[in-house]
Amino acid sequence: MNITFELNGQMHSVEASPWKRLLDVLREDLRLTGTKEGCGEGECGACTVIMDGEAVNSCLVAIGQCHGRTLTTVEGLATGDVLHAVQRALVACGGAQCGICTPGIAVCAAHVIDRGLLEGADEATARTKVRELLAGNICRCTGYQLIVDAIVVAAREVTR
Amino acid sequence: MTEYLRPRDLDEAVTARAAHPDWMVLAGGTDLMVNANHRVVPAGIVDLWRLAELCFVHVGDAITIGAGTTWSEVEHHPAIRERLAPLALSAREIGALQIQARGTLGGNVGTSSPVGDSLPALLALDAELEVASVRGRRRVPYREWCTGYRTTKLAPDELIVAAHVPIPDAATRTTWRKVGTRRAQSISKVMGAAAITLDGDTVVSARVALGAVANRPIRIAAVEDAVKGQRLGQAADAARAALRTAIQPIDDVRSTATYRREVAENLVARFFSPS
Repeated sequence: MNITFELNGQMHSVEASPWKRLLDVLREDLRLTGTKEGCGEGECGACTVIMDGEAVNSCLVAIGQCHGRTLTTVEGLATGDVLHAVQRALVACGGAQCGICTPGIAVCAAHVIDRGLLEGADEATARTKVRELLAGNICRCTGYQLIVDAIVVAAREVTR
Repeated sequence: MTEYLRPRDLDEAVTARAAHPDWMVLAGGTDLMVNANHRVVPAGIVDLWRLAELCFVHVGDAITIGAGTTWSEVEHHPAIRERLAPLALSAREIGALQIQARGTLGGNVGTSSPVGDSLPALLALDAELEVASVRGRRRVPYREWCTGYRTTKLAPDELIVAAHVPIPDAATRTTWRKVGTRRAQSISKVMGAAAITLDGDTVVSARVALGAVANRPIRIAAVEDAVKGQRLGQAADAARAALRTAIQPIDDVRSTATYRREVAENLVARFFSPS
């Protein structure tokens, strides 16, 4: 079937089985390979994208469900050449290692910050909230410390 | 090629369900899309995601929650948080942010996994489900809903519309607790919920439900009977003793029967401890 949706600010149409995963359409049909597949079970968060304003696992979305929806992937976080605050903070704080989980973390954290979910929180509360809100993004390299640092730094920068 | 239909309203949805009982009814996909590339490709999909007639919370004498309501909507709804704490608490520990944004009440109830986190809450709160088909609507008490391992009273042509959840009175305290390897994402080893009606610190009556200790979420009648008339504290001991012979949990990849039994005893004992 023909499926049309808004992706990173532009309209896209694809011809695909409605059962095909959004993740596969992004990577194979649209060649947007920033979105990664970790587990394929909705456990790891590597494939996180934003759909109609909510962070979702793109491995669990059938592309038929995307018709008429609005999507943002990691490729859509930057504004032109300017990275999103959370992307800059991940770079500055060293909040990445092998990189498979990083796009999902960037998307989920950008969503959390842009939704204002960390607004008004002091440092300690923000750290706790980040660990809870990003509990669906698993990293097997880092131990999370530098990732949490980066998201807290980015949240502070955005609200300032 | 898989067929696809996104009904505009519930009438269209039940008509599609009646015409294509072999098609997959899909909402948030958090169960049905797991490992989708390794699954049997469905002949067709009836997509109920965000169908307006299923996405609502109505607060009256009872709180009615549309089947399409997501767990993040349940968690953040003020009346549910205040009056139906076990549901709000279970919503908060279903998966994580991404799963809560897509997983729905109707999905949890329809999939009817023995480890569905919200299901003991629905049992303890004595919810009633409303289902619809081209034949009309009917209500099923949730305590009669689960008929076996992932099987329910839902007929092949029916769709789940809503859960009607009575608001507990002021003398009833409610609680919910999950035990897993980690708060988020982990599939529960044991979880449970209770609604306990008190006169002072004496238990007048109680509904106690557990998940992951049987092939379906269950009420534990032996515990409910044992605590009646007991004071909190004594009731905890009575609940623990009654539970010991009431459940037969299993060994599996996530835990052992011995561990599940011990944790389940601790859970019910905690429910009946003085706060």
